[in-house]
Amino acid sequence: MFFAVNDRPVSFIWRPHNSLLTVLKLTLEIKDLHVAVGGRQVLRGVSLTVRYGEVHAVMGPNGSGKSTLAYAIMGRPGYEVTKGDVLLDGESLKGLTTEERSLKGLFLAMQEPPQIPGVRVSTFLIASINKRMGADDLTRVKNPLVLKRIYDAVKNVGLSKDHLTRELNVGFSGGEKKRNELLQLLLLDPKVVILDEPDSGLDVDGVKRVAEIIQELREKGKAVLLITHYPRILEYVEPNHVTVLYRGTVVAKGGPELAKRIEEEGYSFIK
Amino acid sequence: MTIKLRDKILPEKGVEELLGYAVPTKTTVELRGRISRSLVEEISRIKKEPDWMRRLRLRSLELFEKLPMPNWLRGIEELDLEELTHYVKPEAGIAERWEDVPEEIRKYYERLGIPELEQRFLSGLSAQFESETVYSSVKKKLSEMGVIMLPMEEAVKRYPDLVKKYFLRVFPASDHKFAALHAALWSGGVFVYVPPGVRVEEPLEAFFLIGRAMEGQFEHTLIVADEGSFIHFIEGCAAPMYKGYSFHDGMVELYAHKGATIKFTTLQNWSKNVINFNNKRGIAEEGARIDWIEGSIGSRITYVYPSTILRGRGASTRSMVVSVVKGPYLKDTGSKVIHVAPDTRSRIINKSISVDGGINIYRGLVKVLRGARNAHAHVECDSLILDSKSMAFTYPHNQVDEPTATVTHEATTGRLGEEQLFYMMSRGLSEDEAKSLIVLGFLDEIMAELPFEFANVLNRVIQLEFKKLGGLG
Repeated sequence: MFFAVNDRPVSFIWRPHNSLLTVLKLTLEIKDLHVAVGGRQVLRGVSLTVRYGEVHAVMGPNGSGKSTLAYAIMGRPGYEVTKGDVLLDGESLKGLTTEERSLKGLFLAMQEPPQIPGVRVSTFLIASINKRMGADDLTRVKNPLVLKRIYDAVKNVGLSKDHLTRELNVGFSGGEKKRNELLQLLLLDPKVVILDEPDSGLDVDGVKRVAEIIQELREKGKAVLLITHYPRILEYVEPNHVTVLYRGTVVAKGGPELAKRIEEEGYSFIK
Repeated sequence: MTIKLRDKILPEKGVEELLGYAVPTKTTVELRGRISRSLVEEISRIKKEPDWMRRLRLRSLELFEKLPMPNWLRGIEELDLEELTHYVKPEAGIAERWEDVPEEIRKYYERLGIPELEQRFLSGLSAQFESETVYSSVKKKLSEMGVIMLPMEEAVKRYPDLVKKYFLRVFPASDHKFAALHAALWSGGVFVYVPPGVRVEEPLEAFFLIGRAMEGQFEHTLIVADEGSFIHFIEGCAAPMYKGYSFHDGMVELYAHKGATIKFTTLQNWSKNVINFNNKRGIAEEGARIDWIEGSIGSRITYVYPSTILRGRGASTRSMVVSVVKGPYLKDTGSKVIHVAPDTRSRIINKSISVDGGINIYRGLVKVLRGARNAHAHVECDSLILDSKSMAFTYPHNQVDEPTATVTHEATTGRLGEEQLFYMMSRGLSEDEAKSLIVLGFLDEIMAELPFEFANVLNRVIQLEFKKLGGLG
């Protein structure tokens, strides 16, 4: 009974995206994006492209609209796109819910994920995985391979099995929260990964581990949008492109050298 | 791993969907209109009752006429008792085999998987349709141990002395207007007697269906557990969809003699047509224990307050109520405990979930009488509100007249925030799926207490309650 007829095989969620799409380099395009939050215009015309197999770093001082960009891409309610568009593989995401964007292969690792009391990490992971497999009951594990994948991923991100039985993000340290986001990222295997300050609050070893995972994602052909305030993590993973935001607009674009300049000079040169 | 691999009993449909719209069923008697002496006497005559029961009904009717409408009731303006059919006798006898139950009635139970559940899990089952029992069967092993499980009417005739000792003694008709109404019009329900020292390990169940609109159902369940015995009784209820409303005013009386244990579990899943008034009370003698579990999922309006009187030294009770209100409906629930004797212990756990404009009210009571030395009571009251349209109110009431008693109270209210919902949806869950996960997590503690099969059923019912049409997952 482990493989019901209507179940797709478990390998479905592990499918590497090195298909035709990668060859064509179709990907996440942000075009002249204007976003208002609570009536206030936060993004005023941001354009950038993240291709498969590339890391695109979005940098900028606090309050420049980096997280708003991430939320707008994910379709968070309250983040109203007033002009411009986000395209995934050439198709507009306009009108799609957060749920639908996730199922299309977008993933956001949040900077400060909220606590969900009562929902265990394992329950949440299994429900998210089951949803992608089209299972009829989100709480049941039909295929024991899923459990093995979860155990492997837990080890990979540096958490222990005990974390699986804990309530989601409740009482987690900053580092545990980041690792828990990476755990979900590994298990849901998205096409496009948005990392919102994955390095903040981590020690040097933690930052290195995150950089390794980003490198692995790039090698697997993912499109990675890496949002970061500090250039520190970019010492360990060199971005293909860097876009700098300030007050909701793009003020600089370039390659890894731009990150180096910010490391040396800070953000003073853009102001 | 703490994940339970849950079997499913209910198929992938909501209970209302499963039962569909009400189909006409044949009846032999229907009594409607004004609640009068002649109506009550007619019910008594149809049931060929002994005179003492007839007189008990008439005394209750007098009380009903005298007692005022409880002033704290909300939302029952549409209830017009004069408009209801108070007694509906289906054209069916009391079958001992499902094949002898008329097909259109049997189909309702089959769609809910009741006969299957009976076979796998229960030691006895009674099924009521409208005002009368249509099926009653007890496994042979149980009769051999001397356990009695009968439709209430039969027990009145066959064991009058036993019934007289308890009937309306645990829950007097004088308590309030709807208790008196129930006592005057009662019909159906189950009587159970467990002899001293007998342990009934597999549960007994009674299942109640209201198959039509503008009907009143007034079943009476009485369970007597003699000294040192153990029983787990489960009641379930459901109704198909129809236009208009129906009214349920049932009563449960439990009597746990010295050292006995009664577990009473309810899974209330009425359709949104039913106004549900429940009267539930138990008495626990020395060292006895009464455990209530109330899963209150369905109905339009529900009033239910499982109550226990701890009458003997060392008696104890635990009452767990789960109340889910989804949509513009109301549940007024709460447990009540009265500590009469020393060294008595009670624990109340109330968990309410309000969503889509639902309103939950907790109205509880812990009363410790003077002389109930070292009584110990703990109340835990948790409310989960899943959106800004919904509400939860708690009115705990403690009345402690004994200085050596310990009474503690904990209450939490959680409101699901936009950020939490966004987070869960960003992993591919729909809004309803995210909510159902949160709800199941909130209820984890109670699920762990339920028998496995019923945890499954409750789990499914909740997932179904929270799915949008089109399927979960």
